[in-house]
Amino acid sequence: MITIQEGGIASTVQDRGRFGHYHIGMPPSGAMDKYAHTVANYLVGNEADAATIEMTYQGITATFDEDTVIAITGADMSPSLNGESIGTWETVAVDAGDELELAFATEGARAYLAVAGGIDVPEVMGSRSTYTLVGIGGHEGRSLEEGDELPIGEADDTPTDLVGTQLDDEYVPAYADEDTVRVVLGLTDYRLTEESKETLCEAEWTVSPEADRIGYRLEGPEMEFKEREQPFGAGTDPSNVVDLGYPIGSIQMPQKPIVLLQDAVTGGGYATVGTVISADRGLLAQRQTHKSVYFEDVDVDEALAARKERDERLETIRAEIESTD
Amino acid sequence: MPGVFYRRPDPEDPPFVEAGDTVEEGETIGLVEVMKNFHDIEADSAGTISEFLVDDEAEIEADQELVTIE
Repeated sequence: MITIQEGGIASTVQDRGRFGHYHIGMPPSGAMDKYAHTVANYLVGNEADAATIEMTYQGITATFDEDTVIAITGADMSPSLNGESIGTWETVAVDAGDELELAFATEGARAYLAVAGGIDVPEVMGSRSTYTLVGIGGHEGRSLEEGDELPIGEADDTPTDLVGTQLDDEYVPAYADEDTVRVVLGLTDYRLTEESKETLCEAEWTVSPEADRIGYRLEGPEMEFKEREQPFGAGTDPSNVVDLGYPIGSIQMPQKPIVLLQDAVTGGGYATVGTVISADRGLLAQRQTHKSVYFEDVDVDEALAARKERDERLETIRAEIESTD
Repeated sequence: MPGVFYRRPDPEDPPFVEAGDTVEEGETIGLVEVMKNFHDIEADSAGTISEFLVDDEAEIEADQELVTIE
């Protein structure tokens, strides 16, 4: 069991997501940075879908009541165990009674804590992910608070032989330098003027303070829409279209962009002018407020190739970790 | 944490504290807005506020010093 002393500012239990309910308006939730979440799990011998704790900007302080192994990946929150600094992207042994403390993020925005066996909160609709807007999943459907007790799942065999495994530097993202995310334009980019469409992919966008698991609101140049008589079913604002489904990662454009993420609304009547590809969404989720973001226009084939490359990299990492076993 | 610093609880209200005021440890001296939520900024020691190092509604970063308390 893990007992939370300090919950940070937005720490939630997340797995890979709650799938199969998008059509009824239920977003998948799940880890914002799947790469960091997955590597953390592999480092402690878990499957990729085991639940981890996602911490945002400020980490948790927590104690363990059993011997186990952990790994912390993602944003650098200067973790320490009983006051001694510990490594990130590394398998670390924890003894019963140990206190883990993470500080604020110096690079990146979200850190992941994986524990051998996973965070064993009950599954809701097939997932342990927290969806705070509705209050389901994770620990009581909310962010972690002082006094919360989280059960740890049974690991087949506590993988103490993994202790000391360090992810090769070439696989550790340099979040501070990753300012470009790839997008596939559409579904309603035809609503933008040609000039605005070009600006979208050339401008420097800045992450606003309104950036969370639901969406990232970006600041930048004003976008302009082609003039038209609004069709039946669309609202009167030029940014309105007849309602359509919003893909995860889609860039909704109520004048300024909002990138819709893991906990977002699943459809509506704003023009969605592009979609951040799945391989790059984790990098966007690691951009801190006030940092800049650029969109790079790619086609669907390039997006699929990027996803394949990301998945293959994760497989390589898994194999390398297992070979140190 | 990175966000926007506010010295007032509400735009219509007076600031929490002014330079020259005496504060207790743990007293709220401002707010930081991040992820659409407001978090209290508390004085980390008791004393007199000698200077605000950032303006109201300024963008701030993690680990940035906001106020000098003597």
